[in-house]
Parts: sequence; C-alpha cells; structure tokens
Amino acid sequence: MTTESSIAPAALHELPPQTSSTHRFFRVLLARKIVVIALFILIATILVAIFAPLFAPYNPYKQDLSNSLVQPSSTHLLGTDMLGRDVLSRIIFGTRISLIVGFVVVIIAGVLGMSIGLVSGYFGGWLDSVLMRFMDAVIAIPMIVLAMAIGAVLGGGIVNVIIALGVAIVPAYARLMRGQVLSVKQADFVIAGTLTGISNLRNMLVHVLPNCISPLIVLITMNLGMAILAEAGLSFLGLGIVPPGASWGSMVNDGYRYLLTNPVLSLAPGVAIVIVVLAFNIVGDAIRDALDPRLRGTE
Amino acid sequence: MNHLLEVRNLKTYFSSDGSTIKAVDGVSYHIDEGEIVAFVGESGSGKSVTQYSGLQLIPTPPGRIVDGSVVFDGEDLLSYKPNSEKMRKVRGGKIGVVFQEPMTSLNPVMTVGKQISESVMLHMGLNKAEARKRAVELINMVGIPDAEHRVDYYPHQFSGGMRQRIMIAMALSCNPKLLIADEATTALDVTTQAQLLEMMKDVVKKTNTSLILVTHNLGIVARYAERIYVMYAGGIVESGPTKEIFKNPKHPYTIGLMKAVPRLDDPKDRKLLSIEGSPPNLANKQEQCAFLPRCEFATEVCSSNPAPSPMTVGENHSAACYVKIENSGWKIGSSHVAAAKSEVSATLQAELQQKVPREQKETILEVKNLKMYFPVTKGLLSRKVADIKAVDDVSFDIRKGETLGLVGESGCGKTTVARTILRMYEPTDGSIVFQNHDITRMSLSKMRPLRRDMPMVFQDPFSSLDPRQSVADLVGEPLKVHKMVKSRKEYEDRLVELFEMVGLNPSVRNRMPHEFSGGQRQRIGIARALASNPSFIVCDEAISALDVSIQAQIINLLEDLQRKLGLTYLFIAHDLSVVRHISDRVAVMYLGKIVEIADWQTLYESPKHPYTQMLLSAVPIPDPFIEEKREHVEIKGEVPSLLNRPKGCSFSNRCPLATSECKEMEPPLKSVAADHGVACIKV
Repeated sequence: MTTESSIAPAALHELPPQTSSTHRFFRVLLARKIVVIALFILIATILVAIFAPLFAPYNPYKQDLSNSLVQPSSTHLLGTDMLGRDVLSRIIFGTRISLIVGFVVVIIAGVLGMSIGLVSGYFGGWLDSVLMRFMDAVIAIPMIVLAMAIGAVLGGGIVNVIIALGVAIVPAYARLMRGQVLSVKQADFVIAGTLTGISNLRNMLVHVLPNCISPLIVLITMNLGMAILAEAGLSFLGLGIVPPGASWGSMVNDGYRYLLTNPVLSLAPGVAIVIVVLAFNIVGDAIRDALDPRLRGTE
Repeated sequence: MNHLLEVRNLKTYFSSDGSTIKAVDGVSYHIDEGEIVAFVGESGSGKSVTQYSGLQLIPTPPGRIVDGSVVFDGEDLLSYKPNSEKMRKVRGGKIGVVFQEPMTSLNPVMTVGKQISESVMLHMGLNKAEARKRAVELINMVGIPDAEHRVDYYPHQFSGGMRQRIMIAMALSCNPKLLIADEATTALDVTTQAQLLEMMKDVVKKTNTSLILVTHNLGIVARYAERIYVMYAGGIVESGPTKEIFKNPKHPYTIGLMKAVPRLDDPKDRKLLSIEGSPPNLANKQEQCAFLPRCEFATEVCSSNPAPSPMTVGENHSAACYVKIENSGWKIGSSHVAAAKSEVSATLQAELQQKVPREQKETILEVKNLKMYFPVTKGLLSRKVADIKAVDDVSFDIRKGETLGLVGESGCGKTTVARTILRMYEPTDGSIVFQNHDITRMSLSKMRPLRRDMPMVFQDPFSSLDPRQSVADLVGEPLKVHKMVKSRKEYEDRLVELFEMVGLNPSVRNRMPHEFSGGQRQRIGIARALASNPSFIVCDEAISALDVSIQAQIINLLEDLQRKLGLTYLFIAHDLSVVRHISDRVAVMYLGKIVEIADWQTLYESPKHPYTQMLLSAVPIPDPFIEEKREHVEIKGEVPSLLNRPKGCSFSNRCPLATSECKEMEPPLKSVAADHGVACIKV
C-alpha cells in the first residue's frame, strides 16, 4: 500500500472468475426433460420443412383419382385424400407453409411492433398518445375477426394470411416493448448516454433496445405457435392457402367431410399442429423461466 | 454472571448456484443486560445475517444454520422450530427488531395504532382498549407529538423518519429485553438519524433494554456504542470496548477502516488511506485468513496457517490475527492529525506557493438565479395548481481547477441543480453560462458537442453502466461519438490509457459490467467521464453507494485525477465529511435554496447559518473521545415538504434563532465576507 497515489499498481484489481449468464441460461432451460423433447421436435420439424422433398415419399400435388381415399397402408402410410394425393407427403410439405407463416408473421409483427413501442416509449408525449391509441384500436378487434376482415378484402392466399396475422398481433409487441422501454429509460445508463452527447437514435438502438428484448423473445416463441394455429384456423375457414397448396389447416378443412370414413385425413394434420404448437409453447415458457432473474438459483 | 444473549460458533450458510456461501462462519459473541453494542462491517460482511440467524429469520432454503448455539435469557433459541409458538414469542416479544427500510416495513393499509396494538395484544395479552392506550403511550415515547391523534394515521401520512420512529415503537411495544436496530438509520438524513439515535439511546437506557446497532457508520458507533464487534467476510475480526478499539485497533482490517474514513475534524490535506482490493467472494472462501489478500501486515504465519480465531489482546479486547501489530500507524485524535499532516506537507506547500487568488482564475461555470419549478397538475385538463420549487433562486460560480461541494439533505434540490445545469430539464428561470457559452436555452442538438466537456459520474454503479455492453464499448463511446480518435489503434491506445488512469487493468476491458464489483464499476464510470478529455465533471453522489474502504479509494482517485489533469468538479453529496475532504468551496442547500456558501475552511470551522450549524453537529465523528466532549445543537422538527414551505425563511420553523421577523421575508444570500454568502437575517 502506498500513500503516494491510489493509482498505484496495487489498485490494478484482479477480477473474480468470469461468470457466464449464458451458461446459466442453458442450464435452467435444459433442466426439464420435456423442454429438451420439445426443442428436439422443433429442430426436427424445421429440418423436415427444409428437406421436404427428401422426406416425402410421393409428390404431394400429384392426383391419382383411381387411388382416392385409400386407408393407411404400407404404400401410403397415412393413406390418400379424395384426390388420391399422399397424406404423409402433404403433411411434410405443409410443414413448410406452417413454419413460413409462423416465422414471417412473427418477424413482421415483431419488427413493426417493437419499433412502434420503442419510439413511443422513448419519446413519450403526443407521439406516444397517438401511437398507443392506434394500437388500442387494433387490439379492440378480436384477432381472428381482424384477420378474416383483411383476408376478405385482400382475398385468400398465403401472403394475405401473413399480412392479416402480422397486423393483428402488432399491438401485443408494441405495448410490451413500450412498457419495457419506460422502465429501462429510467436507468442511469440511458441518462449517461444522453449526457455523453450521443444521438437519440443511437441511445435507443444501442442502450435501450438490447435491455428490453428478453420478454419479447418469449413472446416471439409463444406467438410462433399461435400464428401456426391461426393460419390453420383461417385455412380451415377457407381464407388461407389456395388449392392445390398444402397447409395443415387446409388439410383439416379438406378432410373433415370424411371424418367418419377416413378420420386420418383430418386427424393426422391436426396432430401435427398440436405437437408443434405445444412444443413452441413449452420452449417459450422455459425461455421465460430461464431469463427471469427472480427464478435464479431454482433448478 | 450470565449474559443476556450468548452466541457460540454460529455458522449460517447459503447455497446458491451449486456453491456454498459461508455468510456467517463461526461467530461467537455475547450481549449483557442494558448494553449498547455495535456490529460494524461493510456490506456482505454477514453482520445482518448473524442477527437474523439467532431469530431464525433466515429463509430456508437457500440458507441454513449449520452449527452453533444461541442462548437468550436462558432459552436455547436454535432448539425451537422457526415457526413454533415459542420462537414467535421471542421474536417481537422479547427481542424487537427495527429494519433498514422504513418505507416498506409498515403495512400501508392499516393504521399505525392497529399495527402496534396487534403485537401488544398478541404478546402481552391486552384487550383492545388497553392495547390502544399502550400504542398511544409508545408513539409518545418515540417522540411523535400529538400521539392521541396520530395513532389513527396511516403510514403514508408520516415521513420516513417518523415511520422509522413508529417501527421503533413497535419493536419496543412488548418491553423487549433486546432491541436490534439493523441499519435502522442508514436510509435517513443526518439530522433525522441523529434525532432517532438520541431517542433510541434515551429509551433503552431508561428501560434497561440492551441494544444491538448493526451499522457500517463508524461515527455512529463512536457516538453511541459501548462495545464493538467488527465483522469481515462472515467472521468477527475484532471485539472490545469502543474507546479501546478506536484508540488501539489491533486487527489490520479495523486499522484500515479507521484510516479510510473521512472525518469532519480531519486536516484538509490528510490523504485517506484506502484498503486496497475488495472483500472476498464468500462462495470460494479459503481456509486462510479472509483478509490476507488485502492485509499490509501479513507475514509467513498468515499464509501457512488456517484462519485465526479471536485471541485476547487486552482487557475484554480480542482480535483474530496472528500478527502482533505494534506500530499500526494509527493514532487517534490530535496526534494522529499531526502524523498525517507531515506525510503530505511537501506537496501542499508547493501548492500553496503557486496559489492564485480565486478572482483571477477563469470561471468555468456561472449559475445565476437559477429556478427549476415542476408543475403540479390536477384534474381532467391538467390544470396547474402549484409549483414544486425544487430549485429556487440558486446562484454560484465554479472557477477552474476547484471543487465545489454541494451538500444538503435528501430532497433539498442538489441533484436537480446538477441535472438542470446539464440541461436534462428546461430551467424555469435564471441563466447558466458554461465556459462562456450561455446554455440556459440552448437547443439540445447544439448542446451535444458541448457535452464532451461536462460529463457526469453517477451515484449507482450498478444502474449507470449498460449491462449489455462491454466496458470497453462503454468507456469508448464518447470517443466515437465526438469523433476524437482517427484510427482503431488510436482508439485502443486511448482505452488502455483510460483504464490505467483509473487503476484498472486494461486487459479486463472486454468484459461485461456485471463481472465487476461496485468500486470497480465506479472506476469504469469515471473512465467514461474522462474519455472525452473534459475540464469539468459533475459527480452526483459518486461515492455514496460504496463501502468505506472502497469509498476512500475512489475519493483518492478523484483527487489524484484532479491534480494530474487540472479537473474542475461539481461534487454533490450528503456526507459532510466526504465533501469537506474533497471540496475547495462548499454550498449548503435547504429546500431548493443555497443557505450558505463559503470556502471549506470557513464553512466547517465557523459556519454562520443555523442550518449549517445543525447539520454539522448532527454528523457523528468516528472518535469516541471527541464525541464525549462534543456539544450537540438540538435538532428541531423535520424537513417540510416542498409544497408546504414555511413563510419567509424556509428554515424558520426549525431555527433556534428564528423570530417573527424571519417569517415575514425570504432572506437573500448576502455576503458576510469575501466569498462567503449566508442567507439569514440574523447574521
């Protein structure tokens, strides 16, 4: 110890060993077996969607009217539909549509909603009032009804389904983001940014946004499942994908007329929806727990 | 004689993330009837956990009491189940506890009378009417006027200090034999703190109750405690009578603490001797003495033996240290002052010789008649009904190379002054001239380039650093924003230079903020402020959140940097001893106004304003011998709300000198001597 200067080498502190919050995150996340299974299912689903032609035993669009409504057998594992198309192949190709809808919807809603929430919360004032009242207006209409209205105006088709669902869930992101921003904005480090002389844009993107993101990650995971379900619903109502395209929802719709004779036609895509949505929700829940500091230390 | 409370070899461990934290590791102590005993230690030293273990208030899991015995008044407390009838009788009945946070420890939806009655009825078996009578009596006893009436008030109708009085009343309600005050006055202002401690001392002496003061404030210890236990890293390192410990500290940690604390009666040039390093992480505690890595007296014996247990070093005085320290370099009182003076006199003399008169120095910042009002709005149309005059007509200037200390109790507007100067608020009136730029009404985009010359160091080292950025990015941000470096290499070089400047190893610069301790984070905050090569820095309570030994490190760092770089500081703090230590000039604020401004010597040695006198008297000096002789100015009343300012002089309702005249006009800040302003008509 010296009296000369506190900047003596003695003050060159050693740091405690590097602690990793990432490490803890994965440990909590993977602590439950069901979460591991759900994660595995999701990864498998994504692989199936990407490599659909490799997995599918038949061309999903090829009609064979002489072989329509065949019961499941060794040649057609899940049978064929009324136009003689292989159900398994259609489910495998349907994975693509379902996942694309899920991801694109969430990306659109996420980017739009987060931007609105960020700007609204950061600047406040009249801008905040205007944006939030607009979001309130959107949220006041039930989601499926809104999507149906948009679908009815723009017509069917996968693009319109995506737009409809995307718009419908924007407010959820905007409001959550705004709430986060309002609390993070109070932190000294945001004030420190301003006092350093950095621009509002940089302060928002570099300091505020990254500290608001974790609850939104959870919302995204949850909404993926929801979007897939909603697409299925809209397709079931005939507002979704146009024939001959295959999506899980439209397949349930096509098959329910034969529910008594060929239940597999509706049940198989239905089960696929249930499994994937459930998997997304389980993983979303687990991520929320893993990111929640209040649950730290509980295994 | 049997002790009232006797604790032997108490061990309380917490398990967290797979490792075991030995929060209390083999602590033994005792308390006698009617004694006032203090537990001193920095945050995380285990002083609170020790108290809670005896009461079985430790959350299990993750905590568990591994070993030891706690015998209180003949009862073995650890043999009771935590929630058993018997344990509950002890808690709140025979042992009363006052917690730190007065804002959250009272139930907001029950009147205070009901809350007190509840425990009286439970423990003493009184009926409703008797309990109410007892509540009134208690509220009266803790010095709240108009108790008859106030007993039916809800907690939110009381100020923080008053709430803490009620907590004390509650803790005393069942005539406990022992009262534990766990940092009970830490969150309060100095004047309120002094009032409360005086009151507590009177009450426990009157009722022959024992009192345990858990605190980190050595001044409080010196003023009130009879015996001390010094804790470090979960163990008691030294214990003994207060005077003996202050006069003759034997453990290196205690010696270090004594040297590190700034005092009101310090010589100005005393260099605070900080304890280098930071407290150990209790999760991977070594077998050896926990203080070893920071100890300046350590020898072979220390590193080759397990942690020492307390050894007797004097009458009733023991220290857990192998080394018999003969010359600790610590002397209490005047001789200590002399010793410290000689160490730095050479540098001081050099400074004195080249001293330029204040008027000739360049003015860095000039604030004139600054007013910052926040409107209070009401109703549907947000009609303005009143103004909160947070800053009301404040004027001062800061010259190059000097430090202006701004002191006052919480809510007096000192932080608002700083934030208004930095243009985080739109000033209501007045003018702010910074380095010849009038920035009072400057647009925020024009302000931006000026900001590199006026950075700020924040109070809270945890919330002031963005947790998602590496510390290099944080410190380097001003460099990039103000385009102060031309190449990547220049940027890296400057970063290395900055880290070295604040005493951090540059190789840690790519780590994340959460990996650093509080003191290290504060160093990073200072490095960030220094990055843009400013001439002026605002320090807003920059050291108040730190422990004593770390505080000294940061104060020294700030002083060294000032000397090296010719910095000018606006130093805001509520700790008068720290402000005295670092400031050239000091301004005292009360309810949004500066009541006195002078150079530090005048202000501390011959304060003119009655409020300054009261403040100074309220600060305890960590020296029991001086405290014994000191006369205390009686502290009347409480700080009024800004919305309910007394007429005329704001201080008139608490001022010992006040007459009817004072209530008629607001006293202006008038000059009583060169560079000495006082806002009082009585001087």
